[in-house]
Amino acid sequence: MGPDKKLIERWKSAEILLLGGSAGSFKLVFQIIKLLSSELNKAVIIVIHRKKNYLSEIERLFAENSRILMREIADKDILNKNTIYIAPANYHTLIEKEGTFSLDVSEAVWFSKPSIDVTFESFAEVYKDRCIAILLSGANQDGAEGLLKLRNSGATTIAQHPEDAEMDEMPQAAINIGAAEYILRTEEIFNLLNT
Amino acid sequence: MAGKLIMTDTSVIISSTQISELIDLVKRIHGFDFSGYTKASLKRRITRIMQLKKISYYDLKHMLVNDQSFFQDFLEEITVNVTEMFRDPTFYKAVNSQVVPYLSTYQHSKIWVAGCSTGEEVYSLAILMREAGLSQKSFIYGTDINTEVLKEARKGIYSLRNIKSYAENYQLTGLRGSISDHFTILYDAASIHNELKQNTLFSVHNLVSDGVFNEFQLISCRNVFIYFETELQERILELFYQSLCPLGYLCLGSKETIRSDAFKKKFKVINQKENIYQKVGS
Repeated sequence: MGPDKKLIERWKSAEILLLGGSAGSFKLVFQIIKLLSSELNKAVIIVIHRKKNYLSEIERLFAENSRILMREIADKDILNKNTIYIAPANYHTLIEKEGTFSLDVSEAVWFSKPSIDVTFESFAEVYKDRCIAILLSGANQDGAEGLLKLRNSGATTIAQHPEDAEMDEMPQAAINIGAAEYILRTEEIFNLLNT
Repeated sequence: MAGKLIMTDTSVIISSTQISELIDLVKRIHGFDFSGYTKASLKRRITRIMQLKKISYYDLKHMLVNDQSFFQDFLEEITVNVTEMFRDPTFYKAVNSQVVPYLSTYQHSKIWVAGCSTGEEVYSLAILMREAGLSQKSFIYGTDINTEVLKEARKGIYSLRNIKSYAENYQLTGLRGSISDHFTILYDAASIHNELKQNTLFSVHNLVSDGVFNEFQLISCRNVFIYFETELQERILELFYQSLCPLGYLCLGSKETIRSDAFKKKFKVINQKENIYQKVGS
């Protein structure tokens, strides 16, 4: 079953793709990066929980398999289309009105830094309905609240179907609070992003 | 989980105009200028204060005007004071191999940790200098705008739980022994050795409004620029330039780089990944 027409339209018109994931999402994000077209015409921001001090591996592996320019976010980087940005470990990532990233070392949220909530909320405030966000597998509740704020700001919000998620707590938490406008099977997510 | 409770409270909404009003108010009444701070972070911090204290925007304004003791709390909350010992172990490794040899050529070297918060970075560098045998030949100044965190820094007492979490960082720096070699442990607290405290001085300095106060061989200002807009960053880069001796070193955070062409000419990149620079020119 393919994704519905309205969703495809919203995917096509979105300027920003936000991906959030934790335990069990790594492989999925890797597959998503591989299939994104070089003429995507969107900025992609990835927030994945991971340990500090072991950051380089994920970025390198992702970058080697992407058709799109990929970089780990540094202070004051400018948000550009056709670029994949990955939130650095041990920082929170925020977006400014002017379209520049700013980083923050403040307290972990849900024991996580980067926190998906922090980045999603920040994009909800600045880019609102220009965003499409997908919350993937994870073993805690980070991201649910941020996804809700995105949805309330007019963004398109998607949770991975809990049955397909290696760890269902994260997408389930989002579904429980009504943050997910769409609940998609993994296959449907791939189909949508491939459109 | 305190942080989380705050994030789930969606009742506090503060506009950009209100943020500007607060910045003006704080500048007028308390003399602290936050206008060059990045707005997304400032907004998040102010929202956090309102949620912690369970106060409205109008309460906040009222308290900032009428309650002098509240301002200290406000200052402490608005500035991020989260820090670690040996945060980014690869940075300390790089300082050890690329900067310490330079410092050892001085009879006496002076180090400035700008935005030192509760002192963890000052003591990390003190340990690094001790391990290099330069304890008696170096002096470290730690400065911050926040008097409360400086009190903590002077004590040099940290919870044992925190020290344990820094142990991994320490191992990754490649320094010999373990982090506990530098602390006296008493129940659930760890107190930094007096010998390491001897050559340190903590004092108030506001990077936004205060000027040059000494000449340094090394300035470390890590994860402070992330809270400043570009224009303010450049003003402070000039302050650092003026405060460094010829060929002195400047260390920024692992995600903070010098972008301006004018300052790229004044600071040579020594380590691209760790953002270690050296003053060049006159």
